[in-house]
This record gives sequence, structure tokens and C-alpha cells, in this order.
Amino acid sequence: MERNPNRFWNPYVAGVALGLVLLSAYALTGKGLGASGASFRVGVTAVNAVAPDHVAAVPMLAAATEEGSPLSNWLVFEVAGVVLGGLLGAWTSGRLKLETLRGPTFGQAPRLALALLGGAVMGVGAGMARGCASGQGLSGGGLMSAGAWAFMLCFFAGGYAMAWFVRREYR
Amino acid sequence: MIFPVDALLQENLTPVAFAGALAIGTAFGFVLERAGFGRADKLVGQFYGTEMTVYRVMFTAVVTAMVGSALLAAVGLLDLQAVTINYPTYLWPMIVGGLLVGAGFVTSGYCPGTSVVAAASGKLDGIFTVLGVVVGSVAYAELQPQLGAFHESGKLGKLFLPELFHVPRLLLAVVIAVAAAFSYKGAGKIERLVAEARARKAAPVAAAPQAE
Repeated sequence: MERNPNRFWNPYVAGVALGLVLLSAYALTGKGLGASGASFRVGVTAVNAVAPDHVAAVPMLAAATEEGSPLSNWLVFEVAGVVLGGLLGAWTSGRLKLETLRGPTFGQAPRLALALLGGAVMGVGAGMARGCASGQGLSGGGLMSAGAWAFMLCFFAGGYAMAWFVRREYR
Repeated sequence: MIFPVDALLQENLTPVAFAGALAIGTAFGFVLERAGFGRADKLVGQFYGTEMTVYRVMFTAVVTAMVGSALLAAVGLLDLQAVTINYPTYLWPMIVGGLLVGAGFVTSGYCPGTSVVAAASGKLDGIFTVLGVVVGSVAYAELQPQLGAFHESGKLGKLFLPELFHVPRLLLAVVIAVAAAFSYKGAGKIERLVAEARARKAAPVAAAPQAE
């Protein structure tokens, strides 16, 4: 296969493909896709290893341990699949490469610090919203949930509102 | 009704369900990578008007799943109730959560899902974003008891657009699909306007030797 790191699928083709993956999740498993839920469970596992009493005392943490290990969960296996699929996609497209994506004038250390910070803000937001762009926006959106559509509108609004402040990261 | 398939239900902690999860996740990750969603530079273009790929891919995916699920339900293949029950609305935390996820997206360059794809393709910024999501989601769980009633506020239960607007589900899905198709023309126009504005801004320096 020819590897061209600059070639991507047409966005409409990618969108239909993504929609069909989501539709098969609905139809086969009774629920959509997700991501932040799995990250949360990894975090709960770590906290549980050092402070199980604390986990038992915090309602949302305790809920993740209700059925034994927080990792014994559909979403965790699904996201393990995302790692595999992402790796496969990057390898076959020639995009598998150790690097930090940032603007030419922006330093690596601040870029990684902002990635960590942005990730943490998303973790908080996804906790509130009971899902992230995948678990709430995409999955709830495809079912026409009113809350998911409100989430999606606010997701874009939040992105545009913040964009100006972090523009130097990517320039 | 044939779907959902009992043996594959997400609440089942069986090896079969987990194998299904792994397979669906692999397809999910592969498609995201091919769409270019493992790269921060491509994703954030959405918020600077340079490329509206996130909007196009996301909206097309939503429309596909929406029309597909409405169609399967209409012909009696899919028990839609069994799926929608998993998506209750809590309006206020979803509004604030959406704003935060959006702001975090443009700051980190990824959403929680695409950061996993980026991490898998060797992007350090993706790995740091994944770590951030782990920390942030646990932090919210710690914080949540202190926020009082916020987490449960705006509880509207099972509220879906067809019921809200009193329009049959399949009809509304088709209407939104048509609206999406028109909106892509608008998205293209925004991209052209931004590209022209950038070209004008860059024009005076274009004569100087370019450091590309």
C-alpha cells in the first residue's frame, strides 16, 4: 500500500463511515461510542490501588467500582480498540511518528503543558456532561437527545470562545 | 425487533461483549485516524476557519447514525427505547460541560477520543492530553459532592428532539440531513473567506524571501 502521510479520507466519506460505526454500536450493543469514560476508569483504578477507602467514600468513584474492577467495562475494551485502530491507521498511512504537533514558533514544553491542561479541563467537562464529544455529542446526538444537542452547540461555542487565547500554539 | 443483540449489550461483562467492544473500538479508531483526527493541527483548523473538517465529519456521522437508527426503528428491526434510555438529559451540566470540553479541545488540540488516536500514533501532545483527561475526570468526581445539586440540575429525563418538536423521528432526521447538506456549502464559503483574508494579510511580505 502506498503510504502518504498527507492523504486523508474525504470528510464526507469519513463521516458516513464514522456514522456507520456508531450505528452498529447502537444496534448491536444498545449504546453508542465513548472515550472519556474509559480514561476516568483508568484514573479510578490508579486511585483505588493507593486509597481504596477514599474511592469508596466518593460517590462517582465508588460507582465505577460497583461491578469489581473499574477496568472490567465495555468502554475500556472499546477504547483499547481505539488504540489498536489508531495505531493501525497511523502505521498504514505513514503517520506513525514520535513527535509533538505545534506551531513552528511555539515551544514543545508549553505545548505539552497546554495539552495536559486542556485535557484536564475536558475531563472535568466530560464528568459534568456524562460524556465527551464521542460519548455525549456524537452518540447522544445521533439519537437526537436534547441534552446532547445542547452539549454539541456549547462544545463548538466553547472552542470558538477559547481559540483566540491559544492561537499561538498552532501558528 | 432484532436489535440490540442481548449477548453484546454494553452492560454485559462477558467475553463476547468485550470482544465486540474491541472490534467496534478498532473500527472507531481507524476511521478517526483516516479522517485526520489523530492530528491536532488538522483538528483545530475548525476553530480558526482554515478547515471545517471537524464540523463536516461530526455532523455527517451524526446524520448517518440518526437516519440509520430512525430507519431501523421504523421497519421494526431496532428497539430504539433500549438505546435512548441510556441518554437522559441534564441540561445545565451538559451546557457547562459542553463549553468546557470545547475550550479544552482547542487548548489541547484534541477531544478525549481523538487524543487516544493521537497517542497511539506517537504524538506526545496526544499522550499529555490523555493524561489530562484522566486527571480531570477524577478531579470532577472528587469535586462533585461539593457542587451540591449542580450535577443533577436541569434534569429533563428522556427528552428527544422528535418529542420536543412534535415531529416524527424519521422525518426530522431527514430534515436535519438536508439542512446539513446545505450547511456544508456555508462551511466552504467560510473557508474561502478566511483563506482570502490570510492571503491579503500575507501579501506585503510575499515579495520578501519566504521561509517555508
